[in-house]
Amino acid sequence: MPRREITSGNWAFAEAMRQINPDVVAAYPITPSTDIPMKFAEFVANGKVDTNFVTVESEHSAITACVTAAAAGARVMTASSANGVALMHEIFPIAGCFRTPIVFGLVNRSIGAPINIHCDHSDSMAERDAGWVHLYCEDAQEAYDTAILAVRLAEHKDVLSPVFVCQDGFITSHGFEPVEILDDATVKAFVGERDADFPLLDVDHPVTYGSFAMAEYYFEIKRQQVEAMKNVLKVYDGVAKEYEALSGRFYPKLERYRTEDADFTVVVMSSASGVVKDVVDELREQGIKAGCLRVRMFRPFPAEELATALGSSKAIAVLDRALSIGGTAPLAAEVKSALYDSGKHVPVQSCVYGLGGRDFFPQYARELFADLSAGKVSREERYLGLLE
Amino acid sequence: MAIRIKDYTQKQSPLTNGHRMCPGCGAPTAVHQGLMGVESPIVVVNATGCLEVSTTVYPFSSWRVPWIHTAFENAGAGVSGVEAAYVALKKRGRIDREIKFVAFGGDGGTYDIGLQSLSGALERGHDFTYICYNNGGYMNTGAQRSSATPKGANATTSPAGSVVPGKIQKPKDLTAIVEAHRIPYVAQTTLFNATDVAEKVKRAVETPGPAFVNILVPCVLFWGIDPALQQDICKLAADTRFWPVYEVVDGAWKLTYKPKKRVPIEEFLKPQGRFRHLFKGDGSKALLEEIQADVDADWQKVLDRCGETWEA
Repeated sequence: MPRREITSGNWAFAEAMRQINPDVVAAYPITPSTDIPMKFAEFVANGKVDTNFVTVESEHSAITACVTAAAAGARVMTASSANGVALMHEIFPIAGCFRTPIVFGLVNRSIGAPINIHCDHSDSMAERDAGWVHLYCEDAQEAYDTAILAVRLAEHKDVLSPVFVCQDGFITSHGFEPVEILDDATVKAFVGERDADFPLLDVDHPVTYGSFAMAEYYFEIKRQQVEAMKNVLKVYDGVAKEYEALSGRFYPKLERYRTEDADFTVVVMSSASGVVKDVVDELREQGIKAGCLRVRMFRPFPAEELATALGSSKAIAVLDRALSIGGTAPLAAEVKSALYDSGKHVPVQSCVYGLGGRDFFPQYARELFADLSAGKVSREERYLGLLE
Repeated sequence: MAIRIKDYTQKQSPLTNGHRMCPGCGAPTAVHQGLMGVESPIVVVNATGCLEVSTTVYPFSSWRVPWIHTAFENAGAGVSGVEAAYVALKKRGRIDREIKFVAFGGDGGTYDIGLQSLSGALERGHDFTYICYNNGGYMNTGAQRSSATPKGANATTSPAGSVVPGKIQKPKDLTAIVEAHRIPYVAQTTLFNATDVAEKVKRAVETPGPAFVNILVPCVLFWGIDPALQQDICKLAADTRFWPVYEVVDGAWKLTYKPKKRVPIEEFLKPQGRFRHLFKGDGSKALLEEIQADVDADWQKVLDRCGETWEA
């Protein structure tokens, strides 16, 4: 029987790790993801898991050990944030190219400078082209569920790619809320045991990982990764439905909240979507056709599905919790590109909010919807809650 | 621990012929000699460097054993991950073979950029052997200086000029740094004696826990030597006491090669192109004396640690 607990996003993710009981976890502490390895260390110390927990001396070594352990044939998980993620940057594309199905709890935090421990998405957005699947979670329940689901997605033979399971630092990672925890046996049966192809530890069939490929071969190898990511779009719903069958919870690539007939839609990711959805309800009561489209899967980007979901919208605002300094904010760029390709040319307001943990209030969403309905949409990026 | 080289020469090396290392390069010799005594199956982890690049030119591989390379500064972490997976899968009954783990890194990947990763792996106590094939600089990128480059060497980022006579700093004593991690087996050798290399690596691999072997190997291009003189230059490194040959077993230091007579450092330096500038005119006499004094002092330190005396 599932049980309900009051827990945090970090602890919920760690609880999923306990139930998954991966072969190897290699991790290094950094705020705000530290709770995950700390909690997991308790599980190790108390015999709740028999994972080989490797307490490395840096994030760079953490992800390196994850990659080589996964290449060896192990099921591997880890967690990190912010500068830790940035330090791992060199190794992420290697994990992607080696097709090592690592499941990574990425607790979003701003990247310095200025140094700041609170949430924004600048850490994961900087890794968006690394060949990893990016899933962004709204709350602790979703972080828990996605950790489990991600194991199956990452190890799917058509995918074989690492997965970031992102949750908002402090807001989700340290906020306590009710979370339904599946029973251990259910999770164990769902994730099964990893059946690795070409493991390094098969000494009778030696393989070479990480060879040197010049212009004659490099391009073709990268092209295969593109195909693996496309496959994620094909197989994701199947995995999510299997998970729904045992949990009752279905997590789509895109959450369409009252978007079917929406005139004005706000596109957003992660925890801020709760605020936007509340405001949508408020406006709907006033007869305003507002909608919220929450992007859960950012890589691969479900562009066609997104354009369809925005089909009725006359004006759209995109909320980014990250900057692309000197360019278009990452989610806005994707949304605009998806709309252009679909032939739908409606005004899109790009907004950046919540950097460095700046609060996102319902009033910002109300004002945004009011501006969309008043036709106040500009090509200029807007900054919500900024003092200037 | 006696090794019969004759027997081992019948064994297939984990590294095939036909790799793309230069003729006379010491790195593949270190691999062949080092691994020939190893009986159990191994997985090799390689830091970025000449050995990595030249043995795995896609779609070919010169490795008959499982082999992995991720990046430059992380062979220590890389071997940790593979070993951690092995320990986990063995505990869970999904592997029943005895497998050993060997990491190779050049001095750039070991003394410099990979030092932290190596230190972490040593402290955590994984069961692996790390072999540094030390040619005293960054050869893969064109002979730049590293913290293993000898004083006075002409390297491309410490060139011998009219004002600066090549690298002015002493190399760091990495073997002693590794020994300070209190691991069960540490050794230093060079390609002067295949039996010594094979015995040390064999012992390192068979020792449970972390082990480290620092093997001085020539790069024929950087060192500026005749490729045929690979073994001779290594013998001179040992005989001039430039590269003391010893091992440390559970903290006990033991000199494993004692030169019979005092050979001046010039004999090691003179045949090498990278020190040629030290022998033009007599402007470098003071520097040569300084290098000799360094060698004598370092040798004395090793003697003291080994509880040995040496008169020649």
